[in-house]
Amino acid sequence: MDTIAIRLTVNGRARTANVPPRMLLSDFIRHELALPGTHVGCEHGVCGSCNVLVDDKAVRACLMFAVQTDGAALTTVEGMCTKGLDDIQTAFWEEHGLQCGFCTPGMLAAAHELLAANDDPSDDDIREAIAGNLCRCTGYEYIINAIRSAAKKRRERTLEPA
Amino acid sequence: MKPAAFDYARPDNLAAALQLLRQGDDTKILAGGQSLVPMMNTRLVRPARIVDINRLTELDYIADRGDHIAVGALARHAAVKASPLMAQHFPIICEAYDWVAHSAVRNRGTLCGNLCHADPASEMPAIMLTLGATMVLANATTERTVSAGEFFVGLYETVTEADEILKEVRLPKPAAGTGWGFEEVSMRKGDFAWATVVATLRITGGAITAPAIALAGVGDHATRLAEAEAALTGKTPSDALFAEVANRAAAAIDPPTAAAVDATYRRDLVATLLPRVLRAATNRAS
Repeated sequence: MDTIAIRLTVNGRARTANVPPRMLLSDFIRHELALPGTHVGCEHGVCGSCNVLVDDKAVRACLMFAVQTDGAALTTVEGMCTKGLDDIQTAFWEEHGLQCGFCTPGMLAAAHELLAANDDPSDDDIREAIAGNLCRCTGYEYIINAIRSAAKKRRERTLEPA
Repeated sequence: MKPAAFDYARPDNLAAALQLLRQGDDTKILAGGQSLVPMMNTRLVRPARIVDINRLTELDYIADRGDHIAVGALARHAAVKASPLMAQHFPIICEAYDWVAHSAVRNRGTLCGNLCHADPASEMPAIMLTLGATMVLANATTERTVSAGEFFVGLYETVTEADEILKEVRLPKPAAGTGWGFEEVSMRKGDFAWATVVATLRITGGAITAPAIALAGVGDHATRLAEAEAALTGKTPSDALFAEVANRAAAAIDPPTAAAVDATYRRDLVATLLPRVLRAATNRAS
């Protein structure tokens, strides 16, 4: 099958690849980039577990073709924790925001996008932000607590004197 | 759950894209892909050729054109939802977008793509009908405009020809004092609508003028309610009038029965939501 050469940034590092047009971004991430932190649940855009950040926007990796990330900056869950857990991941850890962990990478992408735009989200804002991500363990409340806690700590950190 | 193989082209400009669309019926335009790619993954569709228009930045705009706002083919839902022009002229669209999928889908999906997909349970076709939008369809040699009322013709079906692209949708700015209402019931917010009811109207000298009402989710495509509009025109708004009009409208529709929700319930939803929408529009009209 014909392939197309693409050049993109993956978690801050430049990468090139040759991809068949039909290859989904989710499969490209897991099978070609060998980054299995991105989870594939429903593979038709319903569950949100494959959400990643493309140019800092949360997108469903199963609803994009890898070829469409040519020139883009891709961030997967692996790119969120280059020096140990980041602040949002730490909050998920502390607030029991995950149990089996299947939905977590997608939840983290949604949380990253929310907190980048809104440093003091209401619980309704948080619910809206994760509404497209299914979790079958936590009942969502602990995830909402985790995102609220991460936001609070970010605000407190920016208030501290340098 | 993998799409079948296809030939892929990603033109850099509209003229090149329109040339590619002349290749025949089995070519699909890929914009946001939030409806097309799920259908390809599940093999409900297997187009031979994909023309990816994501590099047509010339079509990524939301523009004030004086008497109307134009939304280009590559304007994402998220951009339309957050647009100050929309907030100023079409708050109904910003509010309705809360019901359209979820943020990750709205980041990719486009308004024009959504309209071309013409899902029977989609909100935006009903809003385009209510607002009297005009669609600009272009092919390699010419352009034509069609009204929203002519555009939607059936289940997932519009008048768009295989060699055409919905280049932009034009939203006429509503007359001063126009009130609006939007209500929807679905299993969860962001899911497909069981019933969506949209209305705009004005109040002149205490009487209803220029009412526009549309439904989605209760037929094979969104439709205007001409009879209900006629029954409201020139009348004094009242709960009794709204209930009477809504009951008649609910009796006249022929909604589908699906596993989760039967036709009787959808009719009840229309009878319940339509008076709410008319009341909200009346309260907002000035």
